[in-house]
Amino acid sequence: MKRVQFEHSSIPYLFVAPQIAIIVIFFLWPAAQAIYQSFLLEDAFGLSSQFVWFRNYKDTILSASWLQAAGFTAVFSILVTFLSLGFALLLAVKANEVIRGASTYKTTLMWAYAIAPPVAGLMGNLMFHPLIGDLYKFLNAIGWDFNHKLDAFDASFVVILIAVWKQISVNFIFFLSGLQGIPKAVNEASMMDCSSPTRRFWTITFPLLAPTTFFLMVINITYAFFETFGIIDTTTRGAPGGATTTLVYKVFQDGFRGADLGGSSAQSVVLMILVLALTVIQFRYIERKVHY
Amino acid sequence: MSNWNWRLISTHAILIVGVIFMSLPVWVAFATSTHAPETILREGLQFWPGSDFLQTYKEVLFVEGGVMKSVLGTTMLKNSLILGFGFAIGKVIISMLAAYAIVYFRFRLATPLFCVIFLTLLLPLEVRIIPSYEVMAKLGLLDTHFGLIVPLIASATGTFFFRQFFRSVPDELLEAARLDGATPWGFFIDILVPLSKTMIAAILIIMFVVGWNQYLWPLIMTTKEENYTLVIGIKQIYQILAEGGELPQYQKAFALTILATLPPVLVVLVFQNWFVKGLVESEK
Repeated sequence: MKRVQFEHSSIPYLFVAPQIAIIVIFFLWPAAQAIYQSFLLEDAFGLSSQFVWFRNYKDTILSASWLQAAGFTAVFSILVTFLSLGFALLLAVKANEVIRGASTYKTTLMWAYAIAPPVAGLMGNLMFHPLIGDLYKFLNAIGWDFNHKLDAFDASFVVILIAVWKQISVNFIFFLSGLQGIPKAVNEASMMDCSSPTRRFWTITFPLLAPTTFFLMVINITYAFFETFGIIDTTTRGAPGGATTTLVYKVFQDGFRGADLGGSSAQSVVLMILVLALTVIQFRYIERKVHY
Repeated sequence: MSNWNWRLISTHAILIVGVIFMSLPVWVAFATSTHAPETILREGLQFWPGSDFLQTYKEVLFVEGGVMKSVLGTTMLKNSLILGFGFAIGKVIISMLAAYAIVYFRFRLATPLFCVIFLTLLLPLEVRIIPSYEVMAKLGLLDTHFGLIVPLIASATGTFFFRQFFRSVPDELLEAARLDGATPWGFFIDILVPLSKTMIAAILIIMFVVGWNQYLWPLIMTTKEENYTLVIGIKQIYQILAEGGELPQYQKAFALTILATLPPVLVVLVFQNWFVKGLVESEK
């Protein structure tokens, strides 16, 4: 905190008021509403409701479709995180090595950050379109009986490919700035000690990037959970048979199309707990970073 | 020496493959958008620009019924700009004010209020979609610019970012300003804001891109076509293509993806250094 501060009783409240008002009205109120509704069962017309304790939780979370979505979300998050981190790290290390064309590579690898997930989704969707999509034709031509409208594996492939493509640039930017933050002296010393570039990378550079990598893992899991909504909504829409439905997409579908308020609220509350867990992990890590 | 050469070649090869992987889809989208729908249907995606560039983009941007039922591309562009700028400017103002109060004032509720701001990190829109929609409907804010922008601008990360920055400002500045009789508001506007100029610019740039790309919130907040942003137009054209019709207008779908992509990409390219700074600093 500052040594010198203003002493005023009301002015600081005026300054925080706008932010707090928005949070109370648009964050806390809906969240409280979700928690409240998750314990209620409404009749078919929404006229009366009854307090049912954890029945909504039991009904939704133990249902086959929720478990399927949870399973897909887990696999999807892990694959998207590792693939996009892996490709981004490879590209960042190479971009950090070159001298000629370094800034051109940097620019052309990072600008895809600016593309919105649903836009990437629609582009990808059209690339895989059965009538005009070259990728669809290509995959079928090389002997893969590819049909993402019917086959769960193929649909997951499309969604994961687009989600990874969209995320590489963010990871690339962070890795590159992490690499550029490694002091020159460290690099020079490692050059003298170890002639193999591969070994140098795994014993010196990669451990130094560990904080960045860990931080990015949290960011990427959050991305895979939440921001991929736009990609799914413009490609598979959770089809075929819920095989590409993430937990967030399911809340949306059940709430707006299914009009199952109690069930959708219960799902929201479960997601809140997941976010809480992610945030705790993230902050525990940041505290640890101070001691590095 | 030859070993070293091979390594250089493979490094460039990997980077070039990466650049092609990241850029080719967007190039193909652009090239295909400049062809006639018959050509696309007959030959598939296009790798070189065709002759229909002006016609396609003219219809998408300026002709009623050219791409959506009634709304023009230019109207969607306008809505996207309003959302992008409103989102960015709103976030900067709201977070700066809150951070200023927390760093520069001693008041009883400082810590609890800071915790409330922190809570927003735990409540991303996705976990409260349906009740948020209900609240907005109750308040009569659906289909309004206010309802579209204001609920999005509360920002824990923005507040942390400016709090961190204000803390690094030397205490002597406030001492000197107080000797000169500066009021709290005067110190903020005349000293802190000018000092934060580069920070503000970096955050504005990154937040413009984030705001422009908003999807879920505009999706549930806008029901009337005249309020669609370009990104929401993407969803609609997806729907139109999925439903089918006499001759699917693929070139217009591609043109829409290009129009929705171009402004944020330009911002990132033009302000590249600030953008990287804003991204790396604000996420920390």
